[in-house]
Amino acid sequence: MSHVKKTRHGIRVRLEAEEVALLRALMEQLLGLLGDAPGEDDELASMGIAENATTPDDPVLARLFPDAYRDDGKSAEEFRRYTEMGLRDGKREAAGTVLASLSGGPGSDIVLDEKQAQAWLRALNDVRLALGTRLDITEEWYEEAESMTADDPRAPMFAAYDWLTSLQESLVRVLW
Amino acid sequence: MSAMSTAPAPVELERPDAAEDVSADRPWLAIVWNDPINLMSYVTYVFQAVFAYPKAKAEKLMLDVHHKGRAVVANGTREEMERDVEILHSYGLWATVKRDD
Repeated sequence: MSHVKKTRHGIRVRLEAEEVALLRALMEQLLGLLGDAPGEDDELASMGIAENATTPDDPVLARLFPDAYRDDGKSAEEFRRYTEMGLRDGKREAAGTVLASLSGGPGSDIVLDEKQAQAWLRALNDVRLALGTRLDITEEWYEEAESMTADDPRAPMFAAYDWLTSLQESLVRVLW
Repeated sequence: MSAMSTAPAPVELERPDAAEDVSADRPWLAIVWNDPINLMSYVTYVFQAVFAYPKAKAEKLMLDVHHKGRAVVANGTREEMERDVEILHSYGLWATVKRDD
């Protein structure tokens, strides 16, 4: 699956209609997970400072926004207070960039400039982090997936993860 | 040894190790930890993009993360390291700040 190619006009990504639908659904799920941007009437939030700066209970959010200090809860909390909102904004923006570039009709080529391609990389990675954390992925996940039967409830998520992995890999290769 | 046998000044000047001096001013580290999700190619790409490291250095650091479980990817002041870790988090890498000891 290498439908990513560097051309004169930019980085061309060719996706089937069902791949576009899958990617759109995954990006929308990511946006749902990241939550809405804070309202303008929230003064601290408008300066990018969070009121709640504890490690998220949801393992996926804890992976997307990891503690920046391992053995220093207070420093980790301070770091989170001043960075997490900005990081959330950046992740929302990257997912939005992907969604915007999917807005063409079915079967149409997607052409990305370098900046858009970088946003794609980050957003694809965030979705992989989310799926991989939910699936409790290990280094041996590939063998695990091979032995999985089609009626395994995790199979569709594994398939999506696998597909995102090869899409991200192709995109990294053309950006190098 | 006699204090008079050599002029003391040049000896004093030569003594401080340049590398030590730098680390005294740069006592904080940014560490990246291994995880089973991030792709090796992507991690290398991020080290190049964030730190402008040449590909060979970025690849070596990535392999250190992969094989040793973690690697120090930068050192500097606490503020600089927090900034680097914030950027690494924006790319989805699992990074932490630590005082060098």
